[in-house]
Amino acid sequence: MKPGYVRRFSPVERLLHWVNAAGFFFLLVTGLILYLPSLSMLVSRRQTIQGIHFWGGVGWLAALAGVLLLGGRRLLATARELDSFDGDDLRWLRGRGAPQGRFNAGQKINAVLTAAFTILFGVSGLLLWFGEEDTRYRFASTVILHDGVMYVSLALLVGHLYLALIHPATRHALRGMTLGSVSADWAARHHAKWRPE
Amino acid sequence: MDSPPTPEQEPRRYGRRLFLATVAGGVSSLYWGKAAWDHVTGVISPVANAVAPILPTGGWRIYTISGHMPEFDPATWRLKIGGLVEKPLSLTYDELRALPHVQQVSTFHCVTGWTVENVHWGGVRLDDVLGPARPQASGRALRFVSMEVPYVDYLTVPQASLRDVMLAYEMDGKPLAREHGAPVRLVIPEMYGYKNVKWLQAIDVVPEAVNGYWEDLGYDRNAWVGRSNGYGT
Repeated sequence: MKPGYVRRFSPVERLLHWVNAAGFFFLLVTGLILYLPSLSMLVSRRQTIQGIHFWGGVGWLAALAGVLLLGGRRLLATARELDSFDGDDLRWLRGRGAPQGRFNAGQKINAVLTAAFTILFGVSGLLLWFGEEDTRYRFASTVILHDGVMYVSLALLVGHLYLALIHPATRHALRGMTLGSVSADWAARHHAKWRPE
Repeated sequence: MDSPPTPEQEPRRYGRRLFLATVAGGVSSLYWGKAAWDHVTGVISPVANAVAPILPTGGWRIYTISGHMPEFDPATWRLKIGGLVEKPLSLTYDELRALPHVQQVSTFHCVTGWTVENVHWGGVRLDDVLGPARPQASGRALRFVSMEVPYVDYLTVPQASLRDVMLAYEMDGKPLAREHGAPVRLVIPEMYGYKNVKWLQAIDVVPEAVNGYWEDLGYDRNAWVGRSNGYGT
């Protein structure tokens, strides 16, 4: 590691992030073709796209499960970090500056919601797929759930991309998710309670 | 930082609670989501109606079954009326539009759960199209044939005689767009979208209603909104 830099994300954490990101974008693109009339017109082959979207989703969930198994205890430790909110986290959320650990409270919420939405995408997607052939799996609200989670995820994603790519104070964090390390100065300013190994 | 944590500093496991609450809320919404959404759209519909034209979808999703969406060419397109009729007909687009024009506002329900409210349809009643062909008494059903092969669907004569069944060549004040079934589609608001055959090219009077395209794949032949396909039954 370069001097003056500290490791923020382990290889398996980064793998989990990028597998999730790749799957999400693939499903977003194929899903929008199914969703937006103008794109449906352009591409037309709905049955094929629907199959690609479905099997892409299955592949995405399987790949995520594979990374979770690979990460094992290391990712369990990460999950514990994301699970735990202390007094400073709650103060930070109320907009009063408070020192943060390796994840700030907003990042914890984003990660937790992203994980929950993955489950909901999976459940509603499977129901949409099997509901086409069997009324036992058909609910009037499945499509509302699938679309609703998509809209909320998209809003989270826009905020996430803004903070990771554009906002000058935070965009240094992208380096942590690509190369794994961030500058020690930046870490001290943004994650004062974090003690890098 | 080195002092023992005060109770207020004790970390709490809010992460898993948020996770479980989100998953539970989402899964349970399978039971209340549509009712809640209908309520919300009812409250905000004045706003939603104003915003709808600039939303990318207007609520519609476009379903096709083949690789190529049919294209309408006024020069070659004909609506053929055949089967058990005394006088088979072949109508051009202009001839169809010369028939008595009717309009209606109705709600479109897809069997997968989405709904588009207050669709303004313009077109003709089935009777005005079929009447001149003089259907025979033995014809107890109609077959609607789409240009999107092999899409067909059937209605019994009583179903086709419902007051607001029509052949629509206009939607929301404009000629029916390609993705909505140009030049003309069947509209039967009482039934789910798959009965509302798009890209019509022929209507045949037949002895009885049999399975159409989606019915062969397990959907109900009598696709009453809210009373078929596993809903309300």
